[in-house]
Amino acid sequence: MIQFLNLLFRNRLAGLGAGMLVLILLIALITPVLPLPDPNITATADRFMSPFSEGHLLGTDHLGRDLLSRLLSGTRLSLAVGVAAALIATVIGSSIGIVAGFLGGRTDNIIMRLVDMLMAFPYILLALAIVAALGPGLNNALIAVAAVNVPFFARNIRGVTVGLANKEFVDAARLNGMSNGQIIFSEILPNVLPVIVIAMSTTIGWMILETAGLSFLGLGSQPPQADLGSMLGEARAALITFPHTSVVPGIMIFLIVMSINLLGDGVRDAIDPRLKSGALSRPLPATIVERKEVPPTPDKDLLSLQELRTEFHVGERVYKAVGGVSLKVNKGECLGIIGESGSGKSVTALSVMGLVASPPGKIVGGTVSFQGKDLVGASYNELRSLRGDRVAYIFQDPLSTLHPLYTVGDQLIEAMQAHRSVPQKDAQARAVELLEAVRIPNAAQRVKNYPHEMSGGMRQRVSIAMALANEPDVIIADEPTTALDVTVQAQILSLLNDLRRERDLAIVFITHDFGVVAQLCDRVAVMYAGQIVEEGPTAAILDDPQHPYTKRLMACVPELGGGKRELHAIAGLPPAVDQLPQGCAFAARCEFAQEVCRQGGIMLEPKGERAVRCLFPVNADQIEVTL
Amino acid sequence: MNALEVKDLTKTFEVGKTLFSRGLGVKAVRRMSFEVRDGETLGIVGESGCGKSTLARMLVGLLPSTEGEIKIEGKVQDKASPREFGQMIQYVFQDPISSLNPRKTIRQIMETPLKRLHGMGKAERDKRISEIFASVNLREEFLSRYPHEFSGGQAQRIGIARALAAAARILILDEPVSALDVSVQAQVLNLLADLKLKFGLTYLFISHDLAVVEAVSDRVMVLYFGTIVEVGPADAIFKQAKHPYTKLLANSAPVVGRPLEAPKQKGDELPDPLNPPSGCPFAKRCIYATEICETIDPALMEMGEGHFAACHNPIRG
Ligand SMILES: Nc1ncnc2c1ncn2[C@@H]1O[C@H](COP(=O)(O)OP(=O)(O)OP(=O)(O)O)[C@@H](O)[C@H]1O
Ligand code: SF4
Ligand code: SF4
Ligand SMILES: [Mg+2]
Repeated sequence: MIQFLNLLFRNRLAGLGAGMLVLILLIALITPVLPLPDPNITATADRFMSPFSEGHLLGTDHLGRDLLSRLLSGTRLSLAVGVAAALIATVIGSSIGIVAGFLGGRTDNIIMRLVDMLMAFPYILLALAIVAALGPGLNNALIAVAAVNVPFFARNIRGVTVGLANKEFVDAARLNGMSNGQIIFSEILPNVLPVIVIAMSTTIGWMILETAGLSFLGLGSQPPQADLGSMLGEARAALITFPHTSVVPGIMIFLIVMSINLLGDGVRDAIDPRLKSGALSRPLPATIVERKEVPPTPDKDLLSLQELRTEFHVGERVYKAVGGVSLKVNKGECLGIIGESGSGKSVTALSVMGLVASPPGKIVGGTVSFQGKDLVGASYNELRSLRGDRVAYIFQDPLSTLHPLYTVGDQLIEAMQAHRSVPQKDAQARAVELLEAVRIPNAAQRVKNYPHEMSGGMRQRVSIAMALANEPDVIIADEPTTALDVTVQAQILSLLNDLRRERDLAIVFITHDFGVVAQLCDRVAVMYAGQIVEEGPTAAILDDPQHPYTKRLMACVPELGGGKRELHAIAGLPPAVDQLPQGCAFAARCEFAQEVCRQGGIMLEPKGERAVRCLFPVNADQIEVTL
Repeated sequence: MNALEVKDLTKTFEVGKTLFSRGLGVKAVRRMSFEVRDGETLGIVGESGCGKSTLARMLVGLLPSTEGEIKIEGKVQDKASPREFGQMIQYVFQDPISSLNPRKTIRQIMETPLKRLHGMGKAERDKRISEIFASVNLREEFLSRYPHEFSGGQAQRIGIARALAAAARILILDEPVSALDVSVQAQVLNLLADLKLKFGLTYLFISHDLAVVEAVSDRVMVLYFGTIVEVGPADAIFKQAKHPYTKLLANSAPVVGRPLEAPKQKGDELPDPLNPPSGCPFAKRCIYATEICETIDPALMEMGEGHFAACHNPIRG
């Protein structure tokens, strides 16, 4: 709550709105005890007195009634009616929305069609029609305003509820013996409440305005009773000759609606969690680079990273997602990066082409050299010309790279034409060729398909075809098969393997599956807490893991063909990368840890073709890990 | 004794239904019959869309079946409410975080089954929660926290603790570790094994990871396109697969030391559920298919001790 208020008042305008609103509410509250003349006493002799006349601070209206007194009681009334209308609309609308969204099916269908019908009428016409049917009067105006706002709430809240009703915690509540009513009140309602509050705080201002509008037309409050709308309506005749009679209520309406809307927007922004992380600020086209020193770039490898460091700065916290990673990959070679969730695999991959979201991401050290050229210092234009052209990416979810509204053929053609001008006809022929290259049967027909017309495996083939479109030198594949079924995974893996042989491609393959690494990769790097802990030829590492983490991790994974057995778990969790321990990051979980392990940073020690970041590496001849 | 018996269980979803017209029927589960013995772990594998979750949701009563019979501990459950099901059979969900209500504390989450299913008083509930938390290795200080403060592995333990609180003897574990990291996955699997011994539980373990299923199950059931294509002992079903589809699955799993080569199959498309084939649903992908496969849908037949497969040309040896 305190956090919420902090967030709310960090927004100056919301603070201003809140201040103004509190002031208006206070005045409205104490109006009955203020020494003011009766707002409804007429004194025709004193009509149209100007502001600041004696006894009438704001002057008088066409019947000689005190304007200040009428203004304050009018404000009270308008606020009360507006708030009442908003509450009624919120309660009825939200209840309809929750019930429709939760029950779904036919009930939902019927309710929402009715709501749609209400929404099909122009807003103000509907309000007028309701008042016309019920007869003029403040209560009827209130009903009309509430009624026309019900559909807005019903639609919004239904949308949110549908999402929640399919959540697994609702199923769990059912299995734990809760009835539908109990589920609505204790599981659904607390989760939609923030949305209801947002919807209400952003519409209440308009509802006050609408009530005033009806009164202005003489359909709301009836004389002599004053609300802000009827005051304006009565002053209309004297608009030119005695403008103060309309200016006074006008300003009040303006202040009320304004302050409520400023506050309402503030509330919405403070509740919306997307704003909390600052994520709504648009990311830059390339990751920010803030390197203290720039190491020299070696030029002998196709793609190599040296001591790459990428961090996320969120508020006070610094997440060291990549803490000094060095890697290299050459033509026709496949390098695997393996590690658990959060170990920094994806951030490493995205850093290569400056694709880490900035802010909050930052490259703070190291180099990425591609054919001898440092990409970390490169301009956005240079990066853009390489992205998708020389270095291409394949991601886990093909739908995130494919546009749903274009055919796959068009998307392939666009990928080619983004980098060089290719005549349309050649591009079309090439698109078919690419689909054939990724073994999509009947490619000539398939180019005309939209992504949603294909299966998950097909779509991933298309994203591989996209990556191949410009004959890149390097493909970075971030868990491209994790979301696929095993039978499809096997096909995609063997496809990637064939492609690299045929085209001499360099592949960086990110995965968490040792089986996949073993089958596809020539070399493998094991990551833990943002660093490489072990690196070398795949076969050597799998046969004889030397870092305790690698060894334990391999023991965790059941392998097909082993029968029923107990698995060797690693107790504990990896450290959070914003609170890395001194010394070895694995020390808290390592059975060989000694005092020295916790003292200083540990280097990745090269030993022939391999390298290990450990003071006491496990030797091949050492006894099995005791558990 | 069988903990669970299922006979001819079928689920047909209607798709494209509007207010005025009846939709088309999609058979997500097609006449499945099987039983789970008391204290057994039955693994269920199959690819996405083969009906694993639909089957599981019917077994716990979250989804009404279209046809067929479910018998839990000898009693037919035809009109049972989720509440009655809940005392006999519980569910552990795939996504641990989204199975916990973000606006409730862990204590509130744990109390629900104790209060609603067993009508326990406050003191009794507190005692029971302490016992359960101790058995799943969770600290009691977690009880006052909210779900978002937990890692996936911890959240999954809480989900398991909640299922234990219902005191059901049968647990359906629907991909309970697929959202977890391998090191945490092993922790949760070992915990499940301990709990099973300690409380004499029966598990239905659903997963797409063959190695995990093999490691935890006594018997394994392979589903394809809404039917059981093979069921048998865990140590034989992948090694001596009888059904071509099981063999394809086993050969597709990446295994250290096996060269990379996609196993042979004709296509990779699943049959169209709106227009199911009349013969064997696997025929379009099967390299062993013969003429009879196109016309007659094979039934499950015994092909070894406790080993059944539905295939006209089973693999021998
Ligand atoms: N936008 C972001 N803001 C703050 N921290 C981030 C952001 N993106 C990633 N991180 C942090 O960086 C670290 C490394 O994340 P990364 O995505 O590289 O892990 P990963 O190894 O790819 O994991 P997974 O296997 O889950 O894909 C994590 O601790 C993560 O929380
Ligand atoms: S450095 Fe020490 S703590 Fe770290 S892995 Fe090696 S032995 Fe374990
Ligand atoms: S019945 Fe025929 S098509 Fe079906 S799996 Fe057996 S051999 Fe293949
Ligand atoms: Mg990742």
